[in-house]
Amino acid sequence: MQTVMTQDVGVNDLPWKIDYKPERCTMCGSCVASCSFKAIKVGVQRRDMTVSVENQPKPVKRHEARPVIMQVASLTDYCRGCGICEKVCPNQAIKPVRNPDTRKTLLSKDNGPIKRGGRTNLNAQRALDTIVVGRISQMTDPSLDAARHTFDMRAPFGRVLSAKQLPFKVADGKLVPVGHTPPVHWIYPLIFSDMSIGALSTRAWEAVAMAVGYLNEKYHIPVRMSSGEGGMPVKLLESDYLKYFIIQIASGHFGWNRIIKAMPHMVTDPAGILIKIGQGAKPGDGGLLPEAKVAEHVQAIRGVPRATLASPPNHQGLYSIEESVQKMHLSMNAAFGFRVPVAIKCAASATSVSVYNNLLRDPYHICGGFFIDGIQGGTGAANEVSLDHTGHPVVSKIRDCYLAAVKQGLQGQIPLYGGGGIGMTGNAAADAFKMMCLGANGVFCGKFLIQLLGCIGNEQGRCNSCNTGKCPMGICSQDPRLVKRLDIDRGAQKIVDYVLTFDKELKKLMAPIGNSSLPIGRSDALVSTDKAVADRLGIQYVC
Amino acid sequence: MCRIGSIKSKVPVQPSLALRLMLPQQEGHDNSGFAMVMQDLYGIFANYKDKPLLSLACTQRGEQLVEDYMDAHNFVQLAEWIPIPDKRPGLDIKAMPYYIFRNYDYPEDAATMTKEQKEDLLLDTRLALRKLLDEAGEGYVYSFWPDVLTLKEIGDPRDIATYFHLWDDNGCLMAKSIVAQCRQNTNYDIVRYAAHPFFLQGYTLCANGENTFYTKNKEFQKSLHRGYIGFESDSQCFLNTLHYVHHELKWPLMYYKHVITPLPFEEIAERPDKEVLLDIRESLANLEINGPNTVIAVLPDKRMMTCCDSKKFRPVVVGRTDDMVAISSEVCGLNEIMPDRDQTLDLYPNEREIVLIDNDLEVSRCKQ
Repeated sequence: MQTVMTQDVGVNDLPWKIDYKPERCTMCGSCVASCSFKAIKVGVQRRDMTVSVENQPKPVKRHEARPVIMQVASLTDYCRGCGICEKVCPNQAIKPVRNPDTRKTLLSKDNGPIKRGGRTNLNAQRALDTIVVGRISQMTDPSLDAARHTFDMRAPFGRVLSAKQLPFKVADGKLVPVGHTPPVHWIYPLIFSDMSIGALSTRAWEAVAMAVGYLNEKYHIPVRMSSGEGGMPVKLLESDYLKYFIIQIASGHFGWNRIIKAMPHMVTDPAGILIKIGQGAKPGDGGLLPEAKVAEHVQAIRGVPRATLASPPNHQGLYSIEESVQKMHLSMNAAFGFRVPVAIKCAASATSVSVYNNLLRDPYHICGGFFIDGIQGGTGAANEVSLDHTGHPVVSKIRDCYLAAVKQGLQGQIPLYGGGGIGMTGNAAADAFKMMCLGANGVFCGKFLIQLLGCIGNEQGRCNSCNTGKCPMGICSQDPRLVKRLDIDRGAQKIVDYVLTFDKELKKLMAPIGNSSLPIGRSDALVSTDKAVADRLGIQYVC
Repeated sequence: MCRIGSIKSKVPVQPSLALRLMLPQQEGHDNSGFAMVMQDLYGIFANYKDKPLLSLACTQRGEQLVEDYMDAHNFVQLAEWIPIPDKRPGLDIKAMPYYIFRNYDYPEDAATMTKEQKEDLLLDTRLALRKLLDEAGEGYVYSFWPDVLTLKEIGDPRDIATYFHLWDDNGCLMAKSIVAQCRQNTNYDIVRYAAHPFFLQGYTLCANGENTFYTKNKEFQKSLHRGYIGFESDSQCFLNTLHYVHHELKWPLMYYKHVITPLPFEEIAERPDKEVLLDIRESLANLEINGPNTVIAVLPDKRMMTCCDSKKFRPVVVGRTDDMVAISSEVCGLNEIMPDRDQTLDLYPNEREIVLIDNDLEVSRCKQ
């Protein structure tokens, strides 16, 4: 018998251990068949058993070779804790259990940096949860009735001019426009953000897109969706529904070959263009689509061969904010005849205020929105070191940018949208409300949408395998067998229902502060139970 | 909630009438002060209508500071009225040592100034005096403008009137326009500057109700104009916005209503002027008010107006006779001063209109 070697990987080195109850197992094989990571296998063990096979009890002790479910001790095919085995088991015989003694991160560096999807697992602290809506209308003014009053749930998306810059003349006691103003769309303050076809399965992307269509057409809630950097189906580009979509361009320009070719055939303008400079989950990293996920349809839509698709971490040829404004903003504005707002998305950074100041001062008035993406944003694939050790929380950054604009009297001229961790604890409406009070015009979110579709990833290291192409829920995979697990219609309905509740909950928060339009900049409505947070954000500390 | 009122008359009236308009409404306020702005003056200021009138409450040293400043800046004193107060014991008033109402002639170099330059000179002078008095802690300057007088004090309005002999109807103070309020507003600190009506470059305004967008309004207005200072009361924001829209942007008055209470998006979409209305809503989103408020204002051309918040949370009524129009939070005030008016002509402005009273007392309702 060979001596065990200390460097051998054991199950106890892995982040999850399988809790298997052979006495409950019927050997149906469902768990093994459904584990997309091949983290469990069927094996044979010699077991001590007491059996009785007669009509009357006649126990006999035997040594028997028995088929069992075993965990694979591997640093590549390891259990991610997704729990699909538990979900599929008819007999509650198996489930993953978190292993506090895991050495996985330490041991997995043989092939370069560890890659994974999901969110940061180290910095999931929530400043928003120390903040409550504390300015309640109590006798000073009537609070509103969320069910009875009407609310104006619209946020601007596009470059807003100062009143003195508006090209008006007075004729017959009325103001008459005499010139062009930049396009501004009034949209719902919740943007579905930036998950590409490729990062998501086509079915998952379609489910999100269907929800957007339904919310707009049926409920007249003007939610907008950003395509992500991966192009869009040509049929959608050439349809009337394009007006609900913000097309993203990032450093890889993926998908833009088809978009440009579709432009002469577009029957309506897109809702906007979003230039992605960086992503909160992984600043310094560009987009990353591992080869495993570059299926045939992804190759077609992006116009690329089957290979790992890495967008450069920066836009080649852009070296300053001014250049970005002159080159990308101007060209994207010109491409759509200055009819479509062009916004920019950056990872939150210690430098965000400088960027925002420069955009506010740009002489062309062509930046239609500043999207700040915080460290708690999600991603389909990134280096773990980027996910866990780079980034900047979004809450104070939105506040800093807003106050920088206030100082110059420019607040509201370039709408601020904040994202990264919105809805992380389940209530996106509360997060959105607080972000707006601190100065955001709206929020953008992605992760909780796929969680509504069925994603079970979390910030405690569960699953986070979006990069592998083996998403057990069929959301972040292009494997047709896995993708079939996702019911598009039910997924879309789940998102629609969530947004309808989001809308009601937002009103429930607006009503007690006595406002029927969005509380942008109403920091007086917030109080914090954390002195440091209160001081940092300039809101009242309460205890 | 405080009550507000105003009178516009063809014949000059005395402050006691404004007091009689306000006092029946006392259930709605705490009688903690009295403030009024009189415009289109008669009585002792009748002959100086084109000369700026300084309204001041100060100490003796404050008076000296003001005098030195005005001398140094070549303002020439013309007429002056320093009320001799009735100091009978038991009056509820937190009086300042001196109340000075003084007409000045412009400095010589003002002869070549445009109207705008003169307006700026008066504003800058008032702001400088205010700074001077604030830093020294020696007094308050309320207005410095031709044909405008401001009186504000903390205490019981009846006693304040006694103190200044306003019940005597002695003909000293008379005006064709008075805006008044009987509460030392505010929900914040008791500061004389916080009492409405407020005055800025020909615009007088008082308002009631909580300005729930106070923080937004204030943060925006601070960088809009040097005259937008203080913010001791959240209602000052309404005046600043009126001044900004009408005086700075020079937009027709109706757009004031569009700025403070914009139409819902669904309604804007149906309007032929939707492009303009959307642009306004975008650019001046920070000047929206969204709480319960009624506004009464007087414009530089002496027209008087009133309007309400978009949900009509605060009441206001306009009553009229041939010689007088009065605006009041409650109808009981009108019943006191104009009992014989035709009540069927009373106007209860709705949430979408500005009611405007011109100098012939023609009342027009302008729909937003």
